[in-house]
Amino acid sequence: MPGLRVGVLVSAIIVAAALWAHSSNNTAQGVAAFEQVYSVLISPRCINCHTATNYPQQGDDRHRHVANVVRGPEGKGVPGLNCAGCHQETNADSTGVPGGHNWHLAPLEMRWQDINDRPLSSAAVCRQLTDRSRNNNLDGPGLLKHHEEEPLVKWAWDPGRRPDGAARTLPPLTHEQFIAATRRWVEAGTPCPK
Amino acid sequence: MATFQLTVNGQRREVNVDPSTPLLWVLREDLKMTGTKFGCGISACGACTVHVGGVATRSCIVPISHIGDRPVITIEGIGNDAVGRAVQNAWVDEDVVQCGYCQSGQIMSACALLKSTSRPTDQNIEESMGGNLCRCGTYPRIRAAIKSAATQINKGGA
Repeated sequence: MPGLRVGVLVSAIIVAAALWAHSSNNTAQGVAAFEQVYSVLISPRCINCHTATNYPQQGDDRHRHVANVVRGPEGKGVPGLNCAGCHQETNADSTGVPGGHNWHLAPLEMRWQDINDRPLSSAAVCRQLTDRSRNNNLDGPGLLKHHEEEPLVKWAWDPGRRPDGAARTLPPLTHEQFIAATRRWVEAGTPCPK
Repeated sequence: MATFQLTVNGQRREVNVDPSTPLLWVLREDLKMTGTKFGCGISACGACTVHVGGVATRSCIVPISHIGDRPVITIEGIGNDAVGRAVQNAWVDEDVVQCGYCQSGQIMSACALLKSTSRPTDQNIEESMGGNLCRCGTYPRIRAAIKSAATQINKGGA
């Protein structure tokens, strides 16, 4: 009987170790997936409207938005200088002005930069994204849906033309790759980098 | 070319233009309403400001095909309501204008501010008017005129 007990104990240890290894591997894969997601989030098409300041940014150099545009109480500018005063429902390629439904700045709870316009670390952005007190109470599947369907997220892959007629640069992944990476991250339990 | 139906200052208008034509050029060239000015052409100066669907809009960078059925109000029609009248009167009383080129845009932005904020603070004025440039430097008189118009509006004197 003692031999049987030892055998059961050893088996349990082996199963636990296997589960731990699987979990650890799953977490590592999830973190790796998030790093891919992060590469998109900090691209200019996304991060330019996730500022920590009172203004949005423009261009691949992420300069301050022209015309003294300010955030306003709802992230949509102020009367006389609303986002919608230039940004229409769709891109205006003939004049080089980007557009999309409900054009606005992300709330300060979702700032992905510091006040000196430097991108936050992947760990810091991940913690924000997964903090349901800051992210409009979205769980993992909710975040995936947001990345799949939100018009201003999808705009990043259809950003139109600049005033000089050149096409705006795109994020480093396709939208399909971005969604696949988000899905892997969500299925791993939305782990964050350390 | 395509035909567009517009409502400008309450009047139905029809134009036949290239869909990419900015609203500013439709107003000035096709409808001969030259009160709205061309300044920079890149929405950086505010001289071309009109109201589209109640929103102060830079008409130099919005193609006519994006207007849809939203009503357009220009400087020629802004005096048709109480806020617009109060702002125009305040502009005269405070003798705001110097060369005048930017002032139609200034008035349109000021009206947009006062239609949503009846008692604007200095910060409200700075933020809302921050996109309207004036090379004559009439900013102090613009600020005074906005405050004067707000007083008139709140007294019901407009």
